[in-house]
Amino acid sequence: MKTENQKAWLLVLPVLVLVAFSALIPLMTVVNYSVQDTFGNNQFFWAGTAWYEQVLKSERFWNALGRNLVFSAIILAIEIPLGVLIALNMPRKGIGVAVCLVLMALPLLIPWNVVGTIWQVFGRVDIGLLGAALTGAGVDYNYVQDPIDAWATLVLMDVWHWTSLVVLLAYAGLAAIPDAFYQAARIDGASGWAVFRHIQLPKMSRVLTIAVLLRFMDSFTIYTEPFVVTGGGPGNSTTFVSIDLVQMAVGQFDLGPAAAMSIIYFLIILLFSWVFYTVMTRNDGPEILKAEAVAKGRAP
Amino acid sequence: MARIDLDSIRHAYGAAPKSDADYALKRVHQTFDDGGAYALLGPSGCGKTSLLNIMSGLVRPTEGKVLFDGRDVTELPTEKRNIAQVFQFPVIYDTMSVRQNLAFPLRNRGMRRGEVKVRVDEMLEIIGLARQGHRRARGLTADEKQKISLGRGLVRADVNAILFDEPLTVIDPQMKWELRAQLKALHRRFGYTMVYVTHDQTEALTFADRVMVMYEGEVVQVGAPAELFDRPSHTFVGYFIGSPGMNILPVNLDGATVRLGEHAIALPGAPKAFLAKKVELGVRPEFVRLGREGLPAEIVRVEDGGRLKIVRTRVAGRDIAIVLQEGAEIPADARVSFDPAGMNLYADSWRVELVGVSQ
Repeated sequence: MKTENQKAWLLVLPVLVLVAFSALIPLMTVVNYSVQDTFGNNQFFWAGTAWYEQVLKSERFWNALGRNLVFSAIILAIEIPLGVLIALNMPRKGIGVAVCLVLMALPLLIPWNVVGTIWQVFGRVDIGLLGAALTGAGVDYNYVQDPIDAWATLVLMDVWHWTSLVVLLAYAGLAAIPDAFYQAARIDGASGWAVFRHIQLPKMSRVLTIAVLLRFMDSFTIYTEPFVVTGGGPGNSTTFVSIDLVQMAVGQFDLGPAAAMSIIYFLIILLFSWVFYTVMTRNDGPEILKAEAVAKGRAP
Repeated sequence: MARIDLDSIRHAYGAAPKSDADYALKRVHQTFDDGGAYALLGPSGCGKTSLLNIMSGLVRPTEGKVLFDGRDVTELPTEKRNIAQVFQFPVIYDTMSVRQNLAFPLRNRGMRRGEVKVRVDEMLEIIGLARQGHRRARGLTADEKQKISLGRGLVRADVNAILFDEPLTVIDPQMKWELRAQLKALHRRFGYTMVYVTHDQTEALTFADRVMVMYEGEVVQVGAPAELFDRPSHTFVGYFIGSPGMNILPVNLDGATVRLGEHAIALPGAPKAFLAKKVELGVRPEFVRLGREGLPAEIVRVEDGGRLKIVRTRVAGRDIAIVLQEGAEIPADARVSFDPAGMNLYADSWRVELVGVSQ
């Protein structure tokens, strides 16, 4: 059965146009910039792979990328287990559910630059609640001058801002487990750990995959919050790739290297996301293939 | 194995129950003998699953005590009661293989590896999954998954009782017969105390030695399948068991005679004096005779039930079903009469003994 109906294109067209303008054309512009050099006046000269080579050879880029990786690793290592732990301890019924969910959703509703501003003020040693309290307690804390304090502040801020997302996803995963599983586990004499390991974790694995992917992509492209809180400092200690990129493109007007860096950055994120996804869903692979084979075998 | 006593169990799911209507279980006082095969039979919502969960400890009763071999276990949690329970829908551990699933309850109780292997191998044979032993349980069909659930229930040899909560719901009809036969064989072989919850009378009557019929949170009758059929002690039992159910006719009692409208029907005996608002005569369709004597009947329709046929009639404004042999003739000017051996008298829905009945 084959029917040709070209009218369908009309329905898809608006979305295609929208995506083209919002994503494809800008991306292509960036590709364009990355292989050319310009001295203004809209005059462009072919530069080939020169900018790419420059970026890949620059220590500045690799350092920024390294900071990104470390930052993502730290916040994933904190937010995923913490989110799961909170979700496990949230009430399952009663008025507590609504209260917890609203409390959890609050940080997610705050705009990113506002989150940055909140923490920028919160951490100040002169007037900030956190900064002043720590200083008052005799702790040598100053995120403006000490790289470690700056990192701690950024990590704490990200954990405060985004752990809720993991909690909500994990909670949804837990809520989908039928009571019978817990009852059967009690009948089988399973310990609390065994219930977590063999019932809750497997049933949450899909939503946790999504949580890890979202949090990785988000934290790996982090810009607004560190820009507002530390501005990349002290020194270059919190200069992530995105901050570096903006400095290069908007601050120094090095459009070529900035464009090449964007493309490299984009490909790295794509690669990491793909690896994460593949690794975390590999257990499903044979099952899905088998299900497909069965479906094909039974199809008339 | 153990004898299980339920001592005046009452249970309400809401807090602070006031009237009887607030109780899911009104008052259950029953004994399950060691090694018996019992069925809890009743319609959805009659409290049979609640009762089962109270026995296994998943639900703590509002009032009353649960005793295993005379020991009060009401306060003991499920895992300390050493009981097995199989649920309506298959529960398997996704990340484990079939073998690991079966070994799980044994390992949790610290059984030695060698012993676990022996038990698991044996159970794989019994549930017919020996060849799939090393496969991941997740990829199996619903049938096979439920067999694993059954296997996990049966794998421990020393359990006090095995409870089944409509375990064959998801199983194909053909497989149902096979699995039920296997359960029965296991019961004979190992002498487990088994309690089987179902709303399917065939399942209950074929599986159990004794059937407890439940209705609106109460056990209305306990008995062997034949007793439930011949002498239902409550009109609900008469209606629920048998296909079609018992004919229940509102009558007026006059000594050893009842009046159905203007017709008099002689009872095989007279009941002892009682006070009741409602008196009913119950006669199973198998004990109604269609012939030239008795009450005039109008034939409404005849249903072909294979070897038997069911005749729906109206007598004195009441529906009466009659079961006849396939070849039996239906006379033109039909009249119905009742076999005295199949007459039961009910006062306010409960059966009253007729003195002088020859059984």
